[in-house]
Amino acid sequence: MSAHSVADPIPADHEGGFDLHRTRKTGMWVFLGSECIFFGAMISTFLLYRNTTADGPGAELFDVAFTSASSFVLLMSSLTMVLAHNAFERRDIRQARIWLTGTALLGATFLAGQIFEFTEFVHAGLTMSTSPFGSSFYMLTGFHGAHVAIGVMMLTAMVILSTSGRLHHDRGLNVELVGLYWHFVDIVWIVIFTIVYLLQV
Amino acid sequence: MTAVAAPLTQDGRSGIWGWITTVDHKRIGILYGVTAFTFFLIGGIEALLVRTQLAQADGTLLSAEAYNQLFTMHGLTMVFLVVMPTASAFTNYFLPIMLGARDVAFPRLNAFSYWLFLFAGLMIYTSFFAGGAPDGAWVGYAPLSGQITEAVRMDFWSVGLQLLGVASIVSSANFVATCFTMRAPGMTMLRMPVFAWMSLVVAFLLLFSLPSVAIGLFQLFLDRNFGALFYEAAAGADPLLWQHLFWIFGHPEVYVLVLPAMGIVSEVLPVFSRKPLFGYEFVVFSGVAIGFIGFGVWSHHMFTSGMGPVAEAGFGVATMIIAIPTGVKIFNWIGTTWGGRLNMSTPMLFSLGFIAMFVIGGLSGITHAVVPSDYQQHDTYYVVGHFHYVLFGGAIFGYVAGVYYWFPKWTGRMLDERIGKIHFWLMLLGFNLTFGPMHILGLNGMPRRTYRYPEGLGFEFWNLMATIGSYIIGISLLFFIWNIIRSRRNGTLSGSDPWDGRTLEWSIPSPPPEHNFDEVPLVRSLDDFWHTKYAEDEQGRAVRIPAVTGAEIDVFAEEEGEAHGDIHMPSPSYYPALSALGLVILGYGFVYLSFGWIAVAVGGVVALWGLFGWSLEPVTRSEHH
Repeated sequence: MSAHSVADPIPADHEGGFDLHRTRKTGMWVFLGSECIFFGAMISTFLLYRNTTADGPGAELFDVAFTSASSFVLLMSSLTMVLAHNAFERRDIRQARIWLTGTALLGATFLAGQIFEFTEFVHAGLTMSTSPFGSSFYMLTGFHGAHVAIGVMMLTAMVILSTSGRLHHDRGLNVELVGLYWHFVDIVWIVIFTIVYLLQV
Repeated sequence: MTAVAAPLTQDGRSGIWGWITTVDHKRIGILYGVTAFTFFLIGGIEALLVRTQLAQADGTLLSAEAYNQLFTMHGLTMVFLVVMPTASAFTNYFLPIMLGARDVAFPRLNAFSYWLFLFAGLMIYTSFFAGGAPDGAWVGYAPLSGQITEAVRMDFWSVGLQLLGVASIVSSANFVATCFTMRAPGMTMLRMPVFAWMSLVVAFLLLFSLPSVAIGLFQLFLDRNFGALFYEAAAGADPLLWQHLFWIFGHPEVYVLVLPAMGIVSEVLPVFSRKPLFGYEFVVFSGVAIGFIGFGVWSHHMFTSGMGPVAEAGFGVATMIIAIPTGVKIFNWIGTTWGGRLNMSTPMLFSLGFIAMFVIGGLSGITHAVVPSDYQQHDTYYVVGHFHYVLFGGAIFGYVAGVYYWFPKWTGRMLDERIGKIHFWLMLLGFNLTFGPMHILGLNGMPRRTYRYPEGLGFEFWNLMATIGSYIIGISLLFFIWNIIRSRRNGTLSGSDPWDGRTLEWSIPSPPPEHNFDEVPLVRSLDDFWHTKYAEDEQGRAVRIPAVTGAEIDVFAEEEGEAHGDIHMPSPSYYPALSALGLVILGYGFVYLSFGWIAVAVGGVVALWGLFGWSLEPVTRSEHH
């Protein structure tokens, strides 16, 4: 359907045409709005229990320098995601593939850091069953990690698709949508890092 | 244009496989409706068992254990498996048509929502055969719901609700994207029918409230299965957190249940009063206001939990404020009927019944907003009476009005008016006899959720009346079922526009063709279809424009030069059903965690298989016509 002029009563700004990509982006934005509440509820729980350590270990376990480094890695992955999207918009699939791979690797590095950190904390005696503090810490950072892991899987899938020329806007799994998701996951981490790690010191 | 009573399977894919792989929003709507109605009958039988137990003092029909399971499953069924999916059924079927679209934004995601809802509902019900159903009430308050019992009841509840929540979130994102990006040319937001508006508000409510209970359910699940301490008071945790997380979802949820019914009533009243809706913008924006304020009143469910006077006063006032937009709507509905030429057909009767019953329920709700009064009513039958007036007298009456109103569009045949009227009066009588007395019982101190009461407290008479009433409701439903079965085959043929309707669904054949519109309509005003049928004379009276058919509104589209050739419809797909099945197998694995890792693995693989197949298959096929 064309977007050009019809009779007067049709407002000019309303094209009415069906643009699948625009529809998908709307769906993704709405879903991310919902995700805000999902993380918001976990962050609230953490704030409620941040000092409820039941005589177990608490925030003194945190190695802020280490987590700052891994946070930096995650934030840089947003940059590579933007570069991947730019390359994709230029239809430079080869460049896009490189940046997508880079984003996935940075995400995986962040996850590796998180696994290392969890292992350290468990050795130091903080588990999910140590205290409400432990429960809410592992749930919040764990669910964030799960979101990163899903993002890494989608990035990997797109890298594979790109090798056979099947990476384009028409698919639900496309660079722009995954990019939106990825940036969201990064932004949430900024909030989590601030509240969980920085405010405790 | 196809014949009036054309079969529902116009794309040639009939049979069970056609239904499993369908991505047509109308067929998915029908699936939602039929499934929800089946669950309604099951939930109704549970209610009748509960009422039979309470008919006399010291009832002996049910043990305490059985009673707890039945009232829990009754609540859970009616909220999650009946009222929400019934709203989904109407929204699925009519939202795209009302907006002039050929389908929802994401047809396969839509199918996925349905299958996940169905499988998760069935999964929760299998708990009856697996040692016992959930028995901690549908609100599942911690720490009670965290207690580990022999049967895994509350895990069925937490995992099942989680899956139902995923289905709802997904379909809500779908409906929002549909409203924002799929409207026909000229269909501005403020030309959308009120029902479409209410569906949009409901979708936002679900999107922003469900994640809260999802987190609560995860926490409870982790407490029960992984030794987490979210609700363990001994470790310093605060079990009250559960009530907050639950009611931040739970209160918007009650608007989720009733707003679609308000939308339906706002469609029915103008048509049967032969007048435009009085104050369209006010009805729309008061619906939006209810949605917003609905997020700020959750703690009125918790006045007796000791939050302190400041919080209680704040939430009490907020609760009273929400009565204002609700009152605006009621006055607008009355204004719509005022001075109209009323057609007292069954849809109109149920709509008027809705208004009357909802007003009673709303007023008893205001008494809960008054904190000292709420202290007295909390956890008594007064509350049970109140919320059945809004959810049964409100939501269910509204949905039944919708069934009588739109049945001709689904089937091409009218429901029988005579049986319909018997249904209405019996249901109204039975409903008031059941739930009216509960207010008296509650004020006299009868607590809810107790499986029996001793003799001599003065509860016997009104309980007996309530039980008799509940059986009258049951009988009225038999008339409803009889009417549907009879009219589906032998009802009067309706044609495309039996009620002289105002919205786009009446401009297309009954039942609609798979692609809905041969030409995408161009919309020039609110109630556009009405204005293609009627003009105004000098006194402002409606005058029928002669020889106008539904095809007339397509003139613009043809002038615009839209090609007659291909209409792209989404291809059928079994991947949505497969993904949903995978998730439910995964769910079983989580319920039986001690030995369920195999199910978790199998379910995960099946779900991933479905999702990958889904994202790689082509989206559309062409349909020539």
